[in-house]
Amino acid sequence: MDLGALFGSFDNFVSFTIGGLVFGAIYALIALGYTMVYGVLQLINFAHSEVFMYGTFAVAWTFIFVHGTSDASWSLGEALPTLLLALVMAMLVSAGVALLLERAAYRPLLKKGAPKLIALISAIGASFALAEAMGLRDRFAGWVGLEDDLANYVSPGKARDVYSNPVGIDPKGLFDIGGYTVTDVDLLIIVAALLMMVALDQFVRRTRFGRGIRATAQDPESAALMGVNSTRVVQLTFLIGGLMAGAAATLYMMKIGSTRQNAGFILGVKAFTAAVMGGIGNLRGALLGGLVLGVMENWGAAVFGSQWRDVVAFVLLVLILLVRPSGLLGESLGKARA
Amino acid sequence: MSQTSSAPAGRPLRRLGLWWDHVVDRFGRLPMAVKLLVLVLVVALVYALPLLRPPVITTQEIDFGGVMFGCAAYALIALGLNIVIGYAGLLDLGYIGFYATGAYTVGVLTSFHWHWPFFFALPVAIAVTMLTGVLLGAPTLRVRGDYLAIVTLGFGEIIRICVKNIEWLGASSGIKDIAHPNSIGGGPKPPFEKGGLFSIPRLEWDGFVPSVDRDHTTAFLSFGAVDAVPYYWLLLTALILVLFADRLIKSSRVGRAWEATREDEDAAELMGVPTFRYKLLAFAMGAAIGGMSGAFYASGQSGYVSPDSFLLLYSMLFVAAVIVGGAGNRWGAILGGVLVYYLPERFREFADYRILVFGLALTTLAIWRPQGLLPPRRARRVLRAEEEIRELEGEGAVNV
Repeated sequence: MDLGALFGSFDNFVSFTIGGLVFGAIYALIALGYTMVYGVLQLINFAHSEVFMYGTFAVAWTFIFVHGTSDASWSLGEALPTLLLALVMAMLVSAGVALLLERAAYRPLLKKGAPKLIALISAIGASFALAEAMGLRDRFAGWVGLEDDLANYVSPGKARDVYSNPVGIDPKGLFDIGGYTVTDVDLLIIVAALLMMVALDQFVRRTRFGRGIRATAQDPESAALMGVNSTRVVQLTFLIGGLMAGAAATLYMMKIGSTRQNAGFILGVKAFTAAVMGGIGNLRGALLGGLVLGVMENWGAAVFGSQWRDVVAFVLLVLILLVRPSGLLGESLGKARA
Repeated sequence: MSQTSSAPAGRPLRRLGLWWDHVVDRFGRLPMAVKLLVLVLVVALVYALPLLRPPVITTQEIDFGGVMFGCAAYALIALGLNIVIGYAGLLDLGYIGFYATGAYTVGVLTSFHWHWPFFFALPVAIAVTMLTGVLLGAPTLRVRGDYLAIVTLGFGEIIRICVKNIEWLGASSGIKDIAHPNSIGGGPKPPFEKGGLFSIPRLEWDGFVPSVDRDHTTAFLSFGAVDAVPYYWLLLTALILVLFADRLIKSSRVGRAWEATREDEDAAELMGVPTFRYKLLAFAMGAAIGGMSGAFYASGQSGYVSPDSFLLLYSMLFVAAVIVGGAGNRWGAILGGVLVYYLPERFREFADYRILVFGLALTTLAIWRPQGLLPPRRARRVLRAEEEIRELEGEGAVNV
């Protein structure tokens, strides 16, 4: 244990905190998908991590499509047009996967009124299948004879390996806080995530669709009697979760730059942790939970060593649940005001 | 209710399900003596399976005895997890943590730091795992049910990270040379002496024509590195003992308390059931059985454990085994455990595609039979009643 690594100098403290905030923002965006679905259906959407993972691939492919596979790196300004295109693609792909998931793995069960646990199993199965399908993309391309044409996209023979670095964005320092240089990438990630959260929050609170979501979360049967189309609401919930996961995937690729078919798993677990920590079913809770988790685990990694990062995250979760058994903001989607 | 089940494609599957329920019910109504006889025959068959090596079900790419050992280990795990999920209704997504605790306790006691014989280490491993279960359960079982899932998931991951990073537990290289169970009638002395009390030949199949293969014999009660079958027999015996214990507990006051807690916690508490204590008991019992399975796994054929054997993914598989088999029914749990281990091994020739197929199969199975393959009798009765009500109300009935 080395408290000095964190608290020894103000510079270190600031740098670990900002690093944590950046990751926390990404967690928060993914956590939205878990929290929305849980709020409406009381289901743990275990396959949401794959929704995110498909988004990261959409970003990688967009960059390969535009820039080829060169290892050159760009400044944020140069990459911005491609990045915007990638954002749109990732949101489309993730939303598509999320809707497919709802249609194939959830709706048949919901119609039967099956127990909640079996939906978890269905989601676990779908999660395996989606991740494996991505890991086998070179085979699928081979079946239709496009393996060579698409070589850059499907990396024949090593589709399961780590992706090359198609999104090489060179962060540029903007300003200093106590010796730590905040880069444009960091700033963009945090600001974009916050904007997205505010937009979604307002959507759920103010629009007609949002009212439908809240009504269904509060009491599905009464909502249905009042004319809310519950199937639509569920679809919309998955759609929003997918869009946010796509945005998170773009931000993640800006920061990390590479992905593989199992990239979603641990991030998904963390995002779910963040959702629970903030109070599951609560949008603002997801934001707070994500940021707290990101910062705390970064501090923990500094003090205990980076191999204990995940342990810090989970121990923190247990501690918070002991003090506040329904999460930090502990309010459900249905009870949101306005 | 929009009749998904009456869609043309769903019909044969649904009929298959109804037929299966019918078979199970018929078996349940047979006289006790007949049921016992069938059971004894099935058990004998299951014991003999790795020697009979029937065609079709025998795995070609990988040692069949080893696969059967894995199936038995998963069945034992599913049986333990069934107590937690099926009886007490607690969703545990970190069961692999208990499995790992049991395995590492045996590893540390018999190889890494001390050199105890296996059968001394086994009860200690069970006790340690049980204690872990209580320590984890005491603070977390008070949080709301749904949150338990993520807390236990975190626990499973914490255990893996701990064994990976703590030198005292072998760190990332794991623990090797874990003691095998003690052989009776002399241990194996490579290369020729097989040890054991006596040797049993196995069958070899040419198509569907059997012949006795005297070159590959299995030594009875000899635990070496070559043959997995004695380990399988040992584990199967443990499984049967646990099965008896499970039956006794389920039909006792404890079992009824679990059931009441699962169905309605508040009502149970009002009726004087100390629900927290019973939930903790279920958690500890489940943990102990998981630890036991881990202990047998650690001292198995290879005698080696490493952190990579305890990935979080396996926890999901265990939960899938219990639910797919039919949560709350011990036979269902066993069936689920066996299937979850066996299917990917059997279809190894599909090599890279097997996980994909497995995932699709899991989703399909969940949608086809939400109640599991072998649901408890009460669940079957409820489903049938619902079916009857729906028929009485007619096709137009709304069922949101």
